[in-house]
Amino acid sequence: MKKLILDSIGKSQHRGLNFRDLLYNNEARAFFFQVVTFILVVGLFYTAIGNLFHNIEERGINTGFTFLKNRAGFDILPFLGNYLVDYTPESSNFSVFYVGLINTLVVAFIGIILSTLIGLLIGIARLSNNYLVAKLAGGYIELFRNIPILLQILFWYNLFINIFPHPKQSFAFFDIMFLNQRGLYLPKPIPEDGFMVVVLALLVGLIASYFVKKFYKKKHELTGVHTSTWPFSIAFIIGLPIIVFLVLGSPLQFDISVLGKFNLKGGMNVVPEFLALTFALSVYTATYIAEAIRSGIEAVDKGQKEAAAAIGLTPTQSLKLIILPQALRVAIPPTINQYLNLTKNSSLATAIGYPELMSAFGGTVLNQVGQAVEILAMAMLVYLVISLFISILLNYVNKKMAIQGR
Amino acid sequence: MKQLLKLSAATLLVVGALGVQASTLSDVQAKGHVSCGVSKGLAGFSAADSAGNWTGVDVDVCRAVAAATLGDAQKVKFVPLTAKERFTALQSGEIDMLSRNTTWTITRDASLGLNFAGVNYYDGQGFMVKSSLGVSSAMELSGAAVCIQAGTTTELNLADWGKANGIDYNSVVSDTNAQTLTNYDSGRCDVLTTDASGLYSMRAAANDPSEHVVLPEIISKEPLGPVVRQGDDQWFNIVRWSLNAMITAEELGVTSATVDDVSNNPERERLMGRSGSTHEYVGLTPDWTYQIVKQVGNYSESFERNIGLNTPIGIARGVNALWTDGGILYSPPFR
Repeated sequence: MKKLILDSIGKSQHRGLNFRDLLYNNEARAFFFQVVTFILVVGLFYTAIGNLFHNIEERGINTGFTFLKNRAGFDILPFLGNYLVDYTPESSNFSVFYVGLINTLVVAFIGIILSTLIGLLIGIARLSNNYLVAKLAGGYIELFRNIPILLQILFWYNLFINIFPHPKQSFAFFDIMFLNQRGLYLPKPIPEDGFMVVVLALLVGLIASYFVKKFYKKKHELTGVHTSTWPFSIAFIIGLPIIVFLVLGSPLQFDISVLGKFNLKGGMNVVPEFLALTFALSVYTATYIAEAIRSGIEAVDKGQKEAAAAIGLTPTQSLKLIILPQALRVAIPPTINQYLNLTKNSSLATAIGYPELMSAFGGTVLNQVGQAVEILAMAMLVYLVISLFISILLNYVNKKMAIQGR
Repeated sequence: MKQLLKLSAATLLVVGALGVQASTLSDVQAKGHVSCGVSKGLAGFSAADSAGNWTGVDVDVCRAVAAATLGDAQKVKFVPLTAKERFTALQSGEIDMLSRNTTWTITRDASLGLNFAGVNYYDGQGFMVKSSLGVSSAMELSGAAVCIQAGTTTELNLADWGKANGIDYNSVVSDTNAQTLTNYDSGRCDVLTTDASGLYSMRAAANDPSEHVVLPEIISKEPLGPVVRQGDDQWFNIVRWSLNAMITAEELGVTSATVDDVSNNPERERLMGRSGSTHEYVGLTPDWTYQIVKQVGNYSESFERNIGLNTPIGIARGVNALWTDGGILYSPPFR
């Protein structure tokens, strides 16, 4: 724009600043219309929002965020969010927001890990030389990709609560784990004094094994001598904490579920709503990730695989060292999209009553206080922030994986 | 430039439309039907049959309003809503009135921008369990998993009641009536809780009603009634007095069969629009109440047809009898 004005001034020195020049100047016209459009769009939004609040007030609907401090007054299906926030009906509506947020994040986190694992497996299997394996993987993708996700969530949920037995006839695993139609009951760990030392030992083990790996990698690069590091890893990550644990006299107790009058009591209950939702989302999203992986692998030049075979790498080595690192470059961007979809799709949980953000906060609280605009704006903001965060994180990974000019 | 003109024209239109709010009555008369929010299916209150015909006591309130405003009880567009959707649908103007077994509370009346136009069924929250569980009182329910529908006063009552009585429970919340029922049937939860009328309705719909027991405890007051948007007093009056007309008709012994009989009871003549000028106050034709009774019937007819003892739901009038018959149903006078 500066250039534009300078240009006109420059011209004006020859012929005087002419309005006609500006009128027939393409750049000036384009700029003018962009400014007008911008003002109109902003004006439209401003008027619309002003109108909205005017109408809301006119109709006597409460506005503002004071409802967040009010007592919620209802119960939420007990799951992770409840335990972490220590939720009771006496808690505020804002606690419900936290409960919902935590429950959403858990589903997104576990769903992303599971769907990546399944997707990777199926994507590779799809290209297997084994006819049966390749066709099975293809069938899996076609089946789960083509059924609406909401239907799948309802299907797995209703299947779960109908095929598993009543709590009184639970499947028991060594009498410490139980599975029935009300979910999976795991022993609940209760750490005692000194347990933090064990956690510390685990941390030390992780750091130590990282440095061992780094050391031998450097040695490999310098001398070409390859050393397996996994025995060190096991010793540090698993062995060290166990020794510390035993030396300290097992500072950890477990609360195991017992059968009460109606339900299993105590322990840790992983509710079927969570299991069905996470399973459905993972299985569904994995189909897209598998396709992304497949397209990534197919994008790697055939010569790379042949060259790997020629220098004597086993098929597994060739996959791990040659094919996948190159395939992932192509596969990561579409996979990011799938992670975002999975996170957003978790809001479908409201259909089966898993208390995530849209169900507990965007549903129940909305209905009890009736302030749709504020509550939905908050929920939208949360999904926006989560999505942007995942996006930023994976774009960073993408940059790391990209070919670096050497 | 042409595009710019189009854009600014559209802008003006949108902004203009946002500011305009016509009266609900003229809206309804212009479009030729009443949009009425109902449940997604609660037998006896609002449920559609296989041919798409809606019946129920809540449906009859919608029909009464259509008969009063349009002269035809069939001119209703039913909008099935979940408990969670209902208030937003009414606030946004998607529906003209809500008649969906909705409990009248001060919070809803005073903070949602809505008005309750009366009570068409006095209800209370109860519990249903499977007979095989051997439970005979709600006080024995500590430790049970309880199925509830999301976005209801039921959720709040249950929490209050649990706290007051020291009863610990897990709540399993679902969006729709159907999923709540599936959860209960499959055994995901031990107890189903909702308004007692709803429990009777669900028990009637079960394969073998004798397998389920409705426990004797009623833990709340649930006056259910039609709801309208705040700020349109004319429409509010129409809905309120359409319901009152049905109640008054029962009081005066007028039924859809006897509505054409001429009598010398002045109140009855006033109700039928043959004298007086109540219609002018609400802006309708003189026969508005006549059409309600003629086409929908009085309160008793609606009750007995949909949820009375001779229906599968089998609810006795109880507190929903007229005040003259020992109930609490009472309409202010038509005068």
